Amino acid sequence: MAKKITQKTKTPMPLVDPDVRRHSFGEVATGYSVELARQEAARCIECKNMPCIAGCPVEIDIPAFVRQVAAGDFAGAFQTLSAKNLLPAVCGRVCPQEDQCEKLCTLGVRFEPVAIGRLERFVADYAALAHLSDGAAPAAYTGRSVAIVGSGPAGLTAAADLAKLGHRVTIFEALHKPGGVLMYGIPEFRLPKAIVEREIDTLAGLGVDIKTNHVIGRTFTIDELFNELGFDALFIGTGAGLPHFPSIPGVNLIGVYSANEYLTRSNLMKAYRFPEHDTPIVRGKHVAVIGGGNTAMDSVRTALRLGAEHAYLVYRRSREEMPARAEEVEHAEEEGVEIVLLAAPTELLGNEKSRVRAIRCVRMELGAPDASGRRSPVPIAGSEFDIEVDTVVFAVGQGANPLIRSTTPDLPVTKWGYIVADPETGATEKPGVFAGGDIVTGGATVISAMGAGRRAARAIDAYLQGQGRKEPFLPISADSSVAPSSGT
Amino acid sequence: MPRILSKETLAPDVVRFWIDAPAIARKRRPGQFVIIRTDETGERIPLTIADADPARGAVALIVQAVGKSTHKLNRLEPGDTVLDVAGPLGQPTRIVPGMRVCCVGGGIGAAVVYPIAMGVKAAGGSVAAIIGARTRELIILEREMSAVTDPCIITTDDGSYGRKGLVTEALRMLLGEGYAFDEVVAVGPLPMMQAVCNVTRPLGLKTIVSLNPIMVDGTGMCGGCRVTIGGEQKFVCVDGPEFDGHQVNFAEVAARLRAYREDEAAAMDRYRAELAAPPT
Repeated sequence: MAKKITQKTKTPMPLVDPDVRRHSFGEVATGYSVELARQEAARCIECKNMPCIAGCPVEIDIPAFVRQVAAGDFAGAFQTLSAKNLLPAVCGRVCPQEDQCEKLCTLGVRFEPVAIGRLERFVADYAALAHLSDGAAPAAYTGRSVAIVGSGPAGLTAAADLAKLGHRVTIFEALHKPGGVLMYGIPEFRLPKAIVEREIDTLAGLGVDIKTNHVIGRTFTIDELFNELGFDALFIGTGAGLPHFPSIPGVNLIGVYSANEYLTRSNLMKAYRFPEHDTPIVRGKHVAVIGGGNTAMDSVRTALRLGAEHAYLVYRRSREEMPARAEEVEHAEEEGVEIVLLAAPTELLGNEKSRVRAIRCVRMELGAPDASGRRSPVPIAGSEFDIEVDTVVFAVGQGANPLIRSTTPDLPVTKWGYIVADPETGATEKPGVFAGGDIVTGGATVISAMGAGRRAARAIDAYLQGQGRKEPFLPISADSSVAPSSGT
Repeated sequence: MPRILSKETLAPDVVRFWIDAPAIARKRRPGQFVIIRTDETGERIPLTIADADPARGAVALIVQAVGKSTHKLNRLEPGDTVLDVAGPLGQPTRIVPGMRVCCVGGGIGAAVVYPIAMGVKAAGGSVAAIIGARTRELIILEREMSAVTDPCIITTDDGSYGRKGLVTEALRMLLGEGYAFDEVVAVGPLPMMQAVCNVTRPLGLKTIVSLNPIMVDGTGMCGGCRVTIGGEQKFVCVDGPEFDGHQVNFAEVAARLRAYREDEAAAMDRYRAELAAPPT
């Protein structure tokens, strides 16, 4: 029988004061204490239907871990979480739970749902402090090896699942640090990098080998991974990684960035700590970020922290159409981001040193809905206005990075360059090659990429089992440290 | 972490390193580059692969110390390691068997045309070379280039070695003597590449240049290295680094290279002060 309802609203998450945090890269949300966590977990009415589970792309047993938190059994809660989620400290922070598990919560029908995301974060952070084990132990070695291309959320999840099933897994990462968007895309104040590193490190305990500075498509092609390095199957999780710039004059002026470059400099290369770190970034006083999604929010809040006196968010539709999480928009506004709605840039103006000095925008009004269902913005003739800026960041979506497809001619892609893959299994038309995450769907979320990695791992395991017994592999490559070894 | 195998000074502030990098040595083709990061606080910077020895599993990088990152790198010694080396990156040089090429290398640009000259020669082509610098001590790779090119003309602005004059004058001379080329490959400071293109454009002589903008990832995901070629946007790290010189918007490349000039100068000053400070 369901429990009585004790508290109708979520236990608030402690936040750093906006006037303090707008100048700091320290984490904004500081997390529940043990008392707050148990108080929030006690709100779960333990309903019979448990609709929350269906809302989780990685199928976490939510009622179980919440019950364990309420009882104070944090070690148990961590094991429950870890059974299904390699990255609970990450997901607890960045998942849009309001569109997923919390949206389906029975309590949420009449009141606020259980704050499942906050509880997940609490458990993960507690486990780290208390050095709790996730209880994972891989199955016996199957004799099969899998190459994972890309160490973002999709690849990491596929790797963990396959390693637990006993396959030998090697991840190839183009950059010098693993994590993909978790490292280069999401800022320190939303997702501390030390936490990302800690969760990725658990993969080593499962026997997964991560090879950074390996650019698949260049260092090795997909075919070389099969034919020369002897992998039995492949998962491609390379992400969206191709920035879009509008075709307007001035996009190549100094001080104009794609969100990818701006965030990679700040997050991965720690340009916010220049000159202690060598990579610079323009610390604009007047910054305009174009876009309305989470990447735009991350960019504009980063601009504030880099010292902007005015950080504008310029979005061509209205507030209701903004794809960013409401929580991120609220935090941005509290920090002083100035949101300019129904406006789009037509031109960037530069000075005599080719540095951007202003952005010319036109006002928009909403017309008929487009293919995505959102009302299409239409420029209002003669409504141009200029905003003086010294930095512009375009966060208007990404395309598919061409490196894999241009070096794998027999891997079918859509006309936009995304890999064609079965949504249920991640199988592509190239035998043994699976794919998931943004390289298949276009830019989406961390958690949906993780779900794709999970489904692909299942399908890869089935594919490998269907291949029969295999002889031990003898590497022919000069760099034998890369070939899968048989055994330990 | 890749280890430095050997180090040789080629000119003031110019060093050739051989670095242990078997996968890259095996795979690289002429025209490609690596992205290198010396240490945990370092920048990611692109460097052309000047040579490779797949049997030894090593690649050669020729580095001119111009800012903090290259100065840091050039202070390393054999046995030291660099933190990260990724590659080979970029499109390989388009080499047609039997092609006739004139390689023009200005200053450190000689390090970029050298692998291309070797590649053309290996494909049964013929290469003439013009290697130029301001003064004698800045000429590099003369011996290596002479071994694969004929003729190999050295020019110095001040006449201290070889022919006195600019590389463009030597090019005009070769063309005047009746040399016929399928294409010219010109690499060096931007004004030099532009000047060569200005010589060859009216002759309709295809000219390939190699661009060196500021890069961050080198894999096409950030757009920092974007350039305008024939009015279209290209990324040097995935579409280049070589492009049709007659289509390049050189003024824009030059402007964008100045993006961090003040920060770079300040970082260099701070670095020099650190090096000069007495040990604590």
